[in-house]
Formats: sequence, structure tokens, C-alpha cells
Amino acid sequence: MTEPSPSRTIANTPSSDPLLVVENLKTHFEIEAGMVKAVDGVSFTLDRGKTLGIVGESGSGKTVLSRSVMRLNIAANVHASGSVKYDGEELLTKSNKEMQKYWGAEMAMVFQDPMTSLNPVVKIGRQLTEHLRYHTKISKKEARLQGIELLRSVRIPEPEERFDVYPHEMSGGMRQRVCIASALACGPKMLFADEPTTALDVTVQHQILNLLQAQQKERFMTMILVTHDLGVVAGRTDDIAVMYAGKIAEKASTRQLFASMRHPYTEALLRSIPKPKDPSHTRLSAIGGRPPDLINPPKGCKFSPRCPYAQDRCREEEPQIQAGAAPGHEFACHFPVGTPENKAAFEKNMADGVPATLAAAGQIIATEELSEKAAL
Amino acid sequence: MAGSGKAHLRDRDDILLRVEDLTVEFPVGGGRRVYAVSGISFDIARGETLGLVGESGCGKSTTGRALLQLPKPTGGSVKLKDVELTALAAEDMRAKRTDLQMIFQDPVSSLNPRRKIGEVVAEPLEVWGPADKDAQWEIVSKMLDAVGIDPDVAREKRPHEFSGGQCQRISIARSLVMEPEIIICDEPVSALDVSVQAQILNMLEDLKKQYGLTLVFIAHDLAVVKNISDRVAVMYLGKMCEISPSDELYANPAHPYTRLLLGSIPVPDPLVSLEDSDEILGELPSPIAPPSGCRFRTRCPLADEICERAEPQMRRINNDHYVACHHPLVDVDEVEVSIS
Repeated sequence: MTEPSPSRTIANTPSSDPLLVVENLKTHFEIEAGMVKAVDGVSFTLDRGKTLGIVGESGSGKTVLSRSVMRLNIAANVHASGSVKYDGEELLTKSNKEMQKYWGAEMAMVFQDPMTSLNPVVKIGRQLTEHLRYHTKISKKEARLQGIELLRSVRIPEPEERFDVYPHEMSGGMRQRVCIASALACGPKMLFADEPTTALDVTVQHQILNLLQAQQKERFMTMILVTHDLGVVAGRTDDIAVMYAGKIAEKASTRQLFASMRHPYTEALLRSIPKPKDPSHTRLSAIGGRPPDLINPPKGCKFSPRCPYAQDRCREEEPQIQAGAAPGHEFACHFPVGTPENKAAFEKNMADGVPATLAAAGQIIATEELSEKAAL
Repeated sequence: MAGSGKAHLRDRDDILLRVEDLTVEFPVGGGRRVYAVSGISFDIARGETLGLVGESGCGKSTTGRALLQLPKPTGGSVKLKDVELTALAAEDMRAKRTDLQMIFQDPVSSLNPRRKIGEVVAEPLEVWGPADKDAQWEIVSKMLDAVGIDPDVAREKRPHEFSGGQCQRISIARSLVMEPEIIICDEPVSALDVSVQAQILNMLEDLKKQYGLTLVFIAHDLAVVKNISDRVAVMYLGKMCEISPSDELYANPAHPYTRLLLGSIPVPDPLVSLEDSDEILGELPSPIAPPSGCRFRTRCPLADEICERAEPQMRRINNDHYVACHHPLVDVDEVEVSIS
């Protein structure tokens, strides 16, 4: 409902240090087939009261990243390294016992599937207030009052009655509201929303995203919004990080990213979204192929097998993340979109008939044809 | 909305499927019934793609299944060319179903995990196709090839060895082996990533051209529906609100519900302000006790007393654009038709 605005940053900030500083975070899973490098050297900082969108395809590591920051990957085969500083405290070295002080009270998460993230045999009210009672030691009666207030704040009608129902008695949208209320219960400073609307209808998605944004503003929370849809994060985040194969491919302020995206993957993701203003039967620009195998990723740039601009250098040498012209804009690409090198690379690939390039060009030609027809 | 009427049905020679007053109700005990689909009518011309959109629970999937007589609708008529499907005996319908195929939402669970891809895709042929295995494989490999799956690699593999997008391609191949007249696609891309979604949508367009397919495309994502459809029908709580060629519908939505749906599409542009975007308030009412008159009135910003009293009928706006609303957002061609 609100555009990202600078006014959101100030308000009642206790300190101006960033709330979250992640440095070279790596999360690897050891499985029989080898080491899955799900998150492979990610760094970012997040200021208080800001919203960061993390975007990427399935398997790009975006969910593992948010879970790693919250220390929710706790199986024995997980190898995490690097640093996650929350409010100045290093989280990666904390024991699970110490983390219990953070979960719910300091940071909370809203999960993708509201159908399965609530316990089907426990009433809504108890699920909503369980951690509230754990953290604040309030009485059952007091918890009930607060729980009803929470349900009201997420705009659930008749909260008194809904407090005593089971999850199956509610629709998907209502259940996601309960999950949000539950995440908000202890007043966390940091909220993770992991694809909170992917399982929901467009209309409900709109309602839930508006609700998250209103609550974030009201409670001055810092938020990480994880999604595969650039459309979802466009109007609702301050910064966006695009992930590919466990790394950040591009990071910028939301406006900067949409105004001048540099990474071919970001460009491809945006192009693959069907836009309601295009005429029907507009050919979509699909990204060919699939995200790479994270056990044996390709040499060089991991996007190179699917990239329309890939050159020999991309297949040999992995690009490092570099700062762009605008402050805060970073990307990892040898031939960034919008540069003469990129144009030359495209023309060379066109001349050589590289399939990924021809596919991308097919889209461009098809739209030109259409606009010509429209002009006639 | 929530209207009835048949003003929007076309009188053309190339109408492949014609649905009139389709009604589907399910008993829920205690003498109560779920009014899932209540008297909707539409037609589809050969080679056309009809998009059916609406929220969860609006009856769009039930409509899709009722076309296949799964289950047999409570009332109304479904005519494929000259054959009245609702009047067919079970055995005749079984044979007729080879002309109507379906693709489901969840690609992974719609393939049997214990069977090999070669068998899964050949199964319709086992029943209706050539008995000769080699002849079957010839058709199967041709179709797998058409959906971009290498037939020789896939033949001996099982569904878990493929990604979601690939499984959806395999289900599409399975629906194609019978060379159906119509394919009903029930949310075929809503479980997929945007990048894979684009691949599948492009592929459906190609296959449609190549095999002259007619599609019913059911989805809740309006941008996706617009991309693939020639005509779009908007449904709400078992009724039809509006039907129109897709470009016209998106440019000039006439039903308040359509406009609210369009306002919910996330726009990949940070400069589009979300400040004043409309939000549909509240939830879908229960289809067990739907509101009187226009079923959308409980959530409609324009609802007044007439909406409570009378059900709106389909009215023409222009050319091929019809709406069932007492207070459409554009001027209507004809004067009020009879109020039921």
C-alpha cells in the first residue's frame, strides 16, 4: 500500500546501526551424492525498518538463506560458515538453547504453505499464544486477550469465535493471517516471509501483502520477503537481492534494479512474467534450461549455460560481485546488460547461432512484429 | 454478477462445445447442498482458447470437470459438436472422453510415481489406441518429442526423476496421445516458477497451432489467462460475471468484480503506486447459502437494493463483450432484459 519511502527509516529507531549484517554466509548440506552448496558466500546488510526482497527460481537458495540467518537449519549434515550479526550479536556460534531467546521474540517467520504450517489438531488460539506465554510468562487468560487482539489486528472477522476453532475450519487466506498473527505475537524486530502468498489466490495475495506491509509499518519491523515473482516485490521492498545458484547475482535498491538492471538473469526473470498490459498471445521470453546442479555446478559463471550473452570468458572465469555506478548497486557479471560489451557479446552470439541467444532474440523479434502490426 | 442468461452465446457454425445452464450441486448432509455451479452458459469455437478465471471456490474447476461429466452435472446441457454429453450412457461417455482430455494443477501428483514415463503416457493408448506396442511407442515418442522431453531417455524413468516443469510436460504429452478435440487445463502453471511457467505457456501455444487444439484454460492468475486466451470468462461463486475477448476485457472491465481482480495483479514496476489499489474485502460467502440476487453484492462497492432483489442477466456491452451486472462500469448496449 505504501511506496518505499525514506520516511520509513527514521521513526523510533533505537540505534542507527544495521539490524542485520551477513558476511560470506555459506550453508552446505552433506548428502550421499556430495556437498550441496545451497548458499555459497552471501553478504548483505539490512537497515532497521527496511524491507529486503530475495528473488530467484526454485533451487536458487533463497529459502535456505533466510532459514540460515534464523538458524533454522539444524540437522547434523548442515555446514554453515561465515557470519550473521543480528543487532551486533553473532548468531552462527550460538547454541540452540540460546537461539530460543531469539526465535519468536526477536525474529519470526511466515512460511509458504498455510495449510501445513499450522498443527491440524490444535486450536488456533493455543498455537497463536504458545510462544507468547513461553516468552512473556503471562497467564492463560491474559494470553487469550492478547491472542484475540492479534487476530483482530490481522483483520480476522469475529476473532473471539475464531480463537477456538481448528485450522481446517478456516480458508487458506485466513490461515495465512493466523500464521502472520502468530509471527507477530511477541513483537519481533525482524520478520521473514518465505513465499507467504505463493499458495494463495491473486486476490488473497493482494490482501496478505497489504497486511504484511501495514503491520511492518505499524510495528517498525525489518522484513525479508522471499519470492520467485518480481511482481510481488516491485512495489513493496526497499532493496532487492536476486539469487542464482546460492549466490547473489545482483543487488540494488528496488527502483534502481527495475530502472537499470545489469544482470542477464534479472532481465530474464522479469521478461518471463506475463504482463497484463501486453496483448494476448504475446510470446513470453522463457529462460531455457534449469537451475544448475548445486553439487557439481558448471565452471565459470553458473548462469552461463542459460545466458544469451555468455562468452568463453564466462564459461571459464566466475565473475565476482562488483559495485555498479549507483550507490548500493552490485552485480556479478562480465558482460552486464546495458553496456557496449553486452551488446557486442549478444551480436557475436547471434552471428554464431547460440541457441539461448536465438531464443531470447526470438522474443524480441516477435514483440517487434506485434508492435508493427499494432501500428498498422 | 452472479448472473444468468444466454445473451452471450454465439450462433456460429464452428462452435465446438456449447454449455447451457450448467448446474452442479453436491449434497452435504442435513438436506443442505453446495451450489458449486449455478446455471452458467458459454460456448467455445474450434481452435479457440477460453480462459476461466475467479478466486478459489468460485466453481471454475468444477465447471471444467463437469464438461467431462466428472461427475455428471446436476442440470443443464453440455454439447460437444452435436452430441449431448449429459444424455450419454456411462459406457458411451467413456468412449467420448477420448475427445476431452484434462491437465491438472499439480504435475507431480498427477503422474503415478511407481510407473515408468513410457507406460504413463501410453496408458490411454492401452485402452483406446493400437494394440501393437511398437505402434503405441511411435505415438508416445512423437508426443514426448513435441513437448520437449527426450523419449528414449524418459521411457524407462519414473516421475520423481523429473522436475515439476518436466512432469507437467509429460502430463501434456499424455493428454495429447488421444488427439482430443478439447483439452481442459486446470491451473496447469500455478504450481510452477515464473520461468518454467513461461516455458509451458509458450509450449501450449505452439502445440495449439501444431495440432489445432481447442483449450479451456482455468486459472486464478489473470495475467497468465490473458496471455493464453482468446476469450475470458470471469466466474464468481458458481455464476458467470463477464465474458469477453481477452484484450477487451482487460482494457475495459465492466463488472466491479473483474476490476477488483485486475487490481490484484502484482505489477513488476516499482513506480506503480500500491497506495490507491483496490482490495477485495472479506472472503467468498459460503456456496451452501449463497446471497440472494447478485451473488457478488456482499463484497461489491456498488451494491444497492436491486442487487439484493434481482439477479442480473447477461447483457451486451459491445461486439462480443457481455456482462451480468446491474451497475456495469461502462454503458450497456441494450436496455435491461427481463429480470428473473
